[in-house]
Amino acid sequence: MEELDGEPTVTLIPGVNSKKKQMCFDWGPGEMLVCETSFNKKEKSETEPGCPFIYIIRKDIDVYSQILRKLFNESHGIFVGLQRIEEELTGKSRKAQLVRVSKNYRSVIRACMEEMHQVAIAAKDPVSGRQFSSQVSILSAMELIWNLCEILFIEVAPAGPLLLHLLDWVRLHVCEVDSLLADVLGSENPSKHESFWKLVTILVLQGRLDEARQMLSKEADASPSSAGMCRILGDLMRTMPVLSPGNTQTLTELELKWQHWHEECERHLQDSTFAASPHLESLCKIMLGDEAALLEQKELLNNWYHFLVTRLLYSHPTVKPIDLHLYAQSSLDLFLGGESSPEPLDNILLAAFEFDIHQVIKECSIALSNWWFVAHLTDLLDHCKLLQSHNLYFGSNMREFLLLEYASGLFAHHSLWQLGVDYFDYCPELGRVSLELHIERIPLSTEQKALKVLRICEQRQMTEQVRSICKILAMKAVRNNRLGSALSWSIRAKDAAFATLVSDRFLKDYCERGSFSDLDLIDNLGPAMMLSDRLTFLGKYREFHRFYGEKRLTDAASLLLSLMTSQIAPRSFWVILLIDALPLLEEKEVVFSAEQTYELMRCLEDFASRRPVWREPGVQRLQEDVENTKLEMLRLALARNLGRAIIKEGSLEGS
Amino acid sequence: MEDIYAKFVSQKISKTRWRPVPPGSLQTADTFAAGSWDNEENYVSLWSIGDFGNLDSDGGFEGDHQLLCDIRHHGDVMDLQFFDQERIVAASSTGCVTVFLHHPNNQTLSVSQQWTTAHYHTGPGSPSCSSAPCTGVVCSNPEIVTVGEDGRINLFRVDHKEAVRTIDNADSSTLHAVTFLRTPEILTVNSIGQLKIWDFRKQGNEPSQILSLHPNQQHVVATGGQDGMLSIWDVRQGTMPVSLLKAHEAEMWEVHFHPSNPDHLFTCSEDGSLWHWDASTDVPEKSSLFNQGGRNSTFLSHSISNQANVHQSLISSWLSTDPAKDRIEITSLLPSRTLSVNSLDVLGPCLVCGTDSEAIYVTRQLFS
Repeated sequence: MEELDGEPTVTLIPGVNSKKKQMCFDWGPGEMLVCETSFNKKEKSETEPGCPFIYIIRKDIDVYSQILRKLFNESHGIFVGLQRIEEELTGKSRKAQLVRVSKNYRSVIRACMEEMHQVAIAAKDPVSGRQFSSQVSILSAMELIWNLCEILFIEVAPAGPLLLHLLDWVRLHVCEVDSLLADVLGSENPSKHESFWKLVTILVLQGRLDEARQMLSKEADASPSSAGMCRILGDLMRTMPVLSPGNTQTLTELELKWQHWHEECERHLQDSTFAASPHLESLCKIMLGDEAALLEQKELLNNWYHFLVTRLLYSHPTVKPIDLHLYAQSSLDLFLGGESSPEPLDNILLAAFEFDIHQVIKECSIALSNWWFVAHLTDLLDHCKLLQSHNLYFGSNMREFLLLEYASGLFAHHSLWQLGVDYFDYCPELGRVSLELHIERIPLSTEQKALKVLRICEQRQMTEQVRSICKILAMKAVRNNRLGSALSWSIRAKDAAFATLVSDRFLKDYCERGSFSDLDLIDNLGPAMMLSDRLTFLGKYREFHRFYGEKRLTDAASLLLSLMTSQIAPRSFWVILLIDALPLLEEKEVVFSAEQTYELMRCLEDFASRRPVWREPGVQRLQEDVENTKLEMLRLALARNLGRAIIKEGSLEGS
Repeated sequence: MEDIYAKFVSQKISKTRWRPVPPGSLQTADTFAAGSWDNEENYVSLWSIGDFGNLDSDGGFEGDHQLLCDIRHHGDVMDLQFFDQERIVAASSTGCVTVFLHHPNNQTLSVSQQWTTAHYHTGPGSPSCSSAPCTGVVCSNPEIVTVGEDGRINLFRVDHKEAVRTIDNADSSTLHAVTFLRTPEILTVNSIGQLKIWDFRKQGNEPSQILSLHPNQQHVVATGGQDGMLSIWDVRQGTMPVSLLKAHEAEMWEVHFHPSNPDHLFTCSEDGSLWHWDASTDVPEKSSLFNQGGRNSTFLSHSISNQANVHQSLISSWLSTDPAKDRIEITSLLPSRTLSVNSLDVLGPCLVCGTDSEAIYVTRQLFS
């Protein structure tokens, strides 16, 4: 592991007197909790009131930026799309598709950059304006690095086209040229504009020779004395051999032609053709790739990679990719000239030129505060099959490690957790486990959010998590007295134990109130009734009541009997069931047959012999008395019914 | 489907609704409201889709929707409805119902009225001021009806401080959505999948029976289920859905009949797709589910979304008549799959929808 040089930054917690009191802290997945303790540093017993707050410290504030959120959302769509088409990517079109994905990512970064730029300009106070501007420059650096990686690693341009891509890369990142061009052209007398020669020089430095030629022709028109020289230089510009995309020249042909052209330029310089105009002479030197001349234009070049590309354009246009790093290193050294040391961005670009992907990613991870960039770039490069499996401490590869870090960061956000789910899905080794741990900890404030979370779990067959979430929701519902909700959650989780608990509550309510609440729920359970015995009992008992209400007495009677004999009735309910039999026994018609009456009697005696022993003496005796009376009445009614039933069954079927 | 514009808005959108156009006017929809959820600070915002041929100031796409104004909303926006041209009612996860007023001259929104304890839990275990999310709201000037996770139905009247009528414990489970059938009657759906009709003219707290209606009118109701099933109910005809169609792969969040072309139905779902069901047939004598009735048939078609437990016994013989007989054509409107599409609304030829990928999609050429 590399050591970081530089002191860690100190963050002061407002309100906490860190000189006097000690702080305590605890780590979270992406954040830290800090608060003041009552321990003093110096062992003196001071009882000043301390700071009453708990602070949350976040390192990654990018996740909370409004504009960067769009970046996260759009790139999530691109990421998921890439994983999905992975199977279809074969053969020649594969590279083209991957390049397209890379361009998509880049366009998202650019869109974000532009929006942030607008906001930075419109910002009312300078501090936030500065913050936005620095954010813009970070995004611009990210796009620069990504673009270079696209050219070198994804596009894998060979010698020849490589230079064209690098030229495009540089042109894309220097935008003042166009505005300057418009400025100068728009003025009355372009060649007399103060920035005219500056413009022409920049155009030549960027290899935009056609436009440079046009500028020169204006100069030629304006001052006839230099017309001749301008024409010659213009011709040189026109005849510079370049590799155009549709061209079928081979590289050797191009080299040969280029050599001729180069010699011609040298000849003109030797002949002092342009001696009369220092501007034109320096332009010629630039076109010869003269390093000293190029270095004179340091200000216009602005950075070493521009210098590198211009240098390559005019001295080694057919550079091969593997030779790039030599030129890169020397360009950097020449440009900086020992005055300043390379910045992190420079190191990253150098590593890219050296084709050291791991170094690029490592440096980016250190330099950037958010895992977004490295996670997506690494994933894309992995699809290009460029990353060998690089074993980290816990065995997963670098791509997975970075995606896990990024997704964990998303889960720490109150709203972006939904994006994190998809990232975990595409981490084969540790993704599922991480998702299981994270998804249980999402706070569920409304049922709609709970439904979304449950849908995510069910789609991935995470039954444990489904059960635990449903149990939490069911418990909340029970506490809020929403028994129907509680029951529907326990049915969804197929949680028999909880269904039993809720059914017991319903039955308890019935015992206390004498009627059922929430009939709509119990009446419509359907097959879910089978989930737990108690629930089945509840449903059947309600059915019994319905039968009684509809006067279907024989059905009611046999149901009641089966409820008692099938042992699904809870002990505490037996007395109620037996009492319920009373009105049926008192009916004019004989409802219970003799067999059934014998059964009932057996149940009654069973119950009477096994009555629970009450512990409290006072209440107990009263209750016992009431119960005894009821049982006596029952015995009487049963005996009478038995008599009538025997008579009825014994007599001929008459009426 | 051509010309669908997407815009990323940095907040997950829970509801989008078109502002109603004045009746009898030839205008098409040009403004919609959107509500966000799951943010530390949620917003209700108004957007305009502008006219054809307009380029906005930074050269954005013609027809790209622009933010007009927004206002902070406490809690998730669970439901949103336009009360009239200027007022919007929002239901919050904190149990509060708010009426926002839009001032077109300076393009701002302000709070016009608020009922903060519309929905709350009372139970042995809940603290005394425990709030319950308000899950659905429906308006019919001057009345507003709200339902919530506490199983309560409230009837408010604008400019009255207290609820005009409250039915406590209307349902033992969560009420998910509500809609008006006729003005004194509402229809609610709960989390176990039962539809109940309530009549506010009656005094009791029980749902009324299903009334028999004028024979020339049909009450066709569509509900979307937790399992993505689309059920069509005929409210006159008993307690089972008339047909069940297997539709999406995950919860269907919203179902809308097109208000002026009732042959067209739109559904959006947690699986990230938005479907357009086109049941219009060119053969006039073919009787279709949506087309019965004479000249007087007014399609009071309503959409309620949310769970319906499908029991095996409910799949009646009507199911087989649907796809073949009515030739329903289904098209998916969004260009690529995203995270859940939470809400949609249609008005005239315009459709707007909001997703959990923090994007709002608008199209103005539904029937091209």
